[in-house]
Amino acid sequence: MDPVILFFLLGLFAGLARSDLRLPPAIYELLSILLLLTIGLKGGVELAQQPVGSILPQAVVVVLMGILLPLIVFPVLRFAGRMDRPNAASIAAHYGSVSVATYAVGVAYLASVGVSFEPHLALFLVLLEMPAIMVGIVLARGVSRKTKWGRLTHEIILGKSIVLLLGGLLIGWIAGPEGIAPFEPMFFDLFKGVLALFLLEMGLIAASQARALREQGLLLVSFGVLAPVPLALCGAVVGWSIGLSVGGTTLLAVLAGSASYIAAPAAMRIAVPEANPALSLAASLGVTFPFNIFIGIPLYLAVAKWLHS
Amino acid sequence: MSGEIRKLLTIITESALESDLSEVIPRLGAHGYTIVDARGRGSRGVRDAGWSSNSNIRVEVICDAATAERITGYLREHYYRDYAMVLYLSDVEVLRPEKF
Repeated sequence: MDPVILFFLLGLFAGLARSDLRLPPAIYELLSILLLLTIGLKGGVELAQQPVGSILPQAVVVVLMGILLPLIVFPVLRFAGRMDRPNAASIAAHYGSVSVATYAVGVAYLASVGVSFEPHLALFLVLLEMPAIMVGIVLARGVSRKTKWGRLTHEIILGKSIVLLLGGLLIGWIAGPEGIAPFEPMFFDLFKGVLALFLLEMGLIAASQARALREQGLLLVSFGVLAPVPLALCGAVVGWSIGLSVGGTTLLAVLAGSASYIAAPAAMRIAVPEANPALSLAASLGVTFPFNIFIGIPLYLAVAKWLHS
Repeated sequence: MSGEIRKLLTIITESALESDLSEVIPRLGAHGYTIVDARGRGSRGVRDAGWSSNSNIRVEVICDAATAERITGYLREHYYRDYAMVLYLSDVEVLRPEKF
């Protein structure tokens, strides 16, 4: 186990025990900006050292996967879980989209066990954020003219996570390894420390979902635990079949198995207001995120190794 | 010192609506508005502003009575059902009536 997730446990404990520990919102913002930029920069620097032509077909497959994932989740919730349409669609969007924090823990885990991965996984992270949200809105609404697609697209594409990830990728790619070298202490050397503080706050936020979980009960908890594994398996199979390495396959599985808690909630709140945000957040943050960082990520690495053997 | 009476419309709602409101309020005839971050507790539980999707804003608009009625009518129709929202009106004395 990577010690960085102990910070998550500390936050979770402090939150559940009602400690007055709290990270100022501005600090949490800064930490997430640093994480997003670091992931982007790292990918960009490494992309600068290799030809990019072969990535396009892989990227198309990854986007198709992003469209497919919510279509798997939706009928399960709607028919097996007997959930109403807006809530099933909203949760499907959350689980089809991706969590940067889970990805960051995955990157840290692979580094700690010495497994390398392709740099363009950071690009896939960007590509996977949006399609599921769009699919979720269509599932809830149909292709309705009342949906303000222009504004929603703007909001998602120019949301901070995509701007910072893509911006970091571009800066890293343009500057190359020598150009980025002076920034390394700030972004790369501090990565683990920033991630630790970020996870501390994530623990506090996850603890705040406990009440919603108690109220909503068994369906959400069981869905939050059971959903990531089959979704991650889809990701692993896709990653393996498009020729990613063991590390790349693991991270694509992590992305597929993770659930969004920033971009998707914001978009769904605007586009599908009748869906209850407490449900989707409690499942993605309160259950699936902890499940993935404690059990999921090592499991997905084992699956990736098995696929490649 | 005597001023004219205008309405102060205060809206406490989810920060997700900030960009919507900043478009709607001027369109319905108000000349300006002020937004601050807020936290508190109400019928939809504690909203503690710990992070972005759980935070509130308080919007204040000073305008004439007709505009205030237009805005409250619009908000009631579009947001009351699905969003956490509290609206209230009060009379305020303004010193430069031409601004509002």
